[in-house]
Amino acid sequence: MKFVRRLVDSVKPNFEKGGKLEKLHPAFDALETFLFTPGITTEAGVHVRDAMDLKRTMMTVIISLIPTLLFGMWNTGFQHHLAYGMEADIMQNFLFGFWKVLPIIIVSYAVGLGVEFVFAIVKGHPISEGYLVTGLLIPLVLPVTIPLWMVGLSAIFCTLLGKEIFGGTGMNFMNPALLARIFLFFAFPAAMTGDIWTDLSPEAGHAIVDAYSGATSLMTFDANYTLLPSASDMFWGFEQGAIGETSVFACLIGAFILIYSGVGSWRIMLAVFAGAGLMGLLFNFLAPAGNPTHLMHTPAYYHWLMGGFAFGAVYMATDPVSAAQSETGKWIYGLLIGAFSVVLRVFNPAYPEGVMLSILLMNVFAPLIDHIVVELHIKKRLRRA
Amino acid sequence: MSTETINVPEKKKKEGLFSKKNRKVLRDPLDDINPVTVQILGVCSALAVTTQVKPAIIMALGVTIVTAFSNLIIALIRDSIPGRIRMIVQLVIVALLVTIVDQLLKAFMFDVSKKLSVFVGLIITNCIVMGRLEAYAMSQKPWPSFLDGIGNGLGYGMILVIVSIIREVFGSGSLLGFKVVPQWLYDHGYTNNGLMMLPPAALFIIGCFIWWQRNRNKSLINKS
Repeated sequence: MKFVRRLVDSVKPNFEKGGKLEKLHPAFDALETFLFTPGITTEAGVHVRDAMDLKRTMMTVIISLIPTLLFGMWNTGFQHHLAYGMEADIMQNFLFGFWKVLPIIIVSYAVGLGVEFVFAIVKGHPISEGYLVTGLLIPLVLPVTIPLWMVGLSAIFCTLLGKEIFGGTGMNFMNPALLARIFLFFAFPAAMTGDIWTDLSPEAGHAIVDAYSGATSLMTFDANYTLLPSASDMFWGFEQGAIGETSVFACLIGAFILIYSGVGSWRIMLAVFAGAGLMGLLFNFLAPAGNPTHLMHTPAYYHWLMGGFAFGAVYMATDPVSAAQSETGKWIYGLLIGAFSVVLRVFNPAYPEGVMLSILLMNVFAPLIDHIVVELHIKKRLRRA
Repeated sequence: MSTETINVPEKKKKEGLFSKKNRKVLRDPLDDINPVTVQILGVCSALAVTTQVKPAIIMALGVTIVTAFSNLIIALIRDSIPGRIRMIVQLVIVALLVTIVDQLLKAFMFDVSKKLSVFVGLIITNCIVMGRLEAYAMSQKPWPSFLDGIGNGLGYGMILVIVSIIREVFGSGSLLGFKVVPQWLYDHGYTNNGLMMLPPAALFIIGCFIWWQRNRNKSLINKS
């Protein structure tokens, strides 16, 4: 470690004011504070000291994403070998997925951080760690077959129009990773819907098995919900879908890490699940009796297991910047996300992924919810006074 | 009658047709007081007609003609319009001009007219037209009003054409109907951007344009 410290110190003067590379100071600063605790203290005003700074928070989220990432890599290989009817052990499955997923992650980070670096240098503000999480979330919500240039384009789009235009990390009113996904969803529908969820790169000597169908559980759901994979398959994640979204179990591990460390709000997660469950039950109650395969008959808990619901609830809806801030607001925000995503799934077959749309919709409404909650609270207190 | 003093107007030098002031009237709407990006008027049609360049150009010309001539006519009769019904009078004149433009398009460019559909008729409700009538033509001489109309029409048209070029090139890979994205790009996996065909794309592009413009000219940034 001493060696690194000495190395950093030796190049430091170049980046100080008046140094040769003064312009690149934000980049150097980001790297230095990433490696070591910064040696400066806050100068003015009241300040609270907390070990939980932005970097630590972001790292916690990344750790909580690891289960979904590892499982996603394994599942990529598993689905690939399944489609070709090949026998493969855990390691083969994982390695296959690893080499497919890694380029997507690298492109997402390289492009997104590149945009952040350029902005930090042009605007002269320090580079923030906000992209560390976004850069990993983007690959996890995309299909493994996505062309890399599209990943790069979506990373540019979400950093530029999702964050920088509003003032950088902490100023975005929408979840940047979901913004990247929705951009691809509308810009390149051919790469985001259809039979693209399994990597079908040819295998010498093997042909795709007849039983293979490219449909995700959400697409099957729209066609006929009774043909869905079994609930346990959907829970553990042995199904097709975006890289990180399939396994509810992996998401729950992540949720545990987030809640235990206090980074993610358990209120939002619980509220999202509750909202979807309640809406599902309501639909079961209202479903037309004459049509047993009508989507409204879907068991409510299926909505928790299908598609990216758990992933969205755990990692996307809880984004501290774009979610509601007040405690009551968080319940309302979460319940509405859950309820809307079920409504979208059941009544709008054109957009199978209701979770993405409803989280973004509620992101927009979160400030309004907070405002109403605060106003009501003030009124209540005034009446008591 | 003898008490009446004869008000001899000060002999003013006649202002040239393209004096400095008039040139400013013509030029400012293109940038510093652009109707779309600074006054934020006429955004609705800017989203609707900009998927392709050709309809955008026609639309821009249509709006320019309507703003210019309605400004001119209103400025000519501005002193005889009773204040309480001025809106009605303005609307009648704008409607007349829009109908002329609409009929001309139908007669000579039927395909474009079909593409623009209701948006030609909706020039009547384009805020730029009424906005310039109220803000400028009602209190200015005919010639500067005419120039102001042309300037604002062109300022609007400029944004329309910029947006439509970006949307057509990235959305359908063509420009004015000619293919500009080479085939080998498609062969290498390039795809047209479907988002560009949707109205939000125009909003993003206009937003980016506003961003760039405010960055270049800091005086446009709203103080709040």
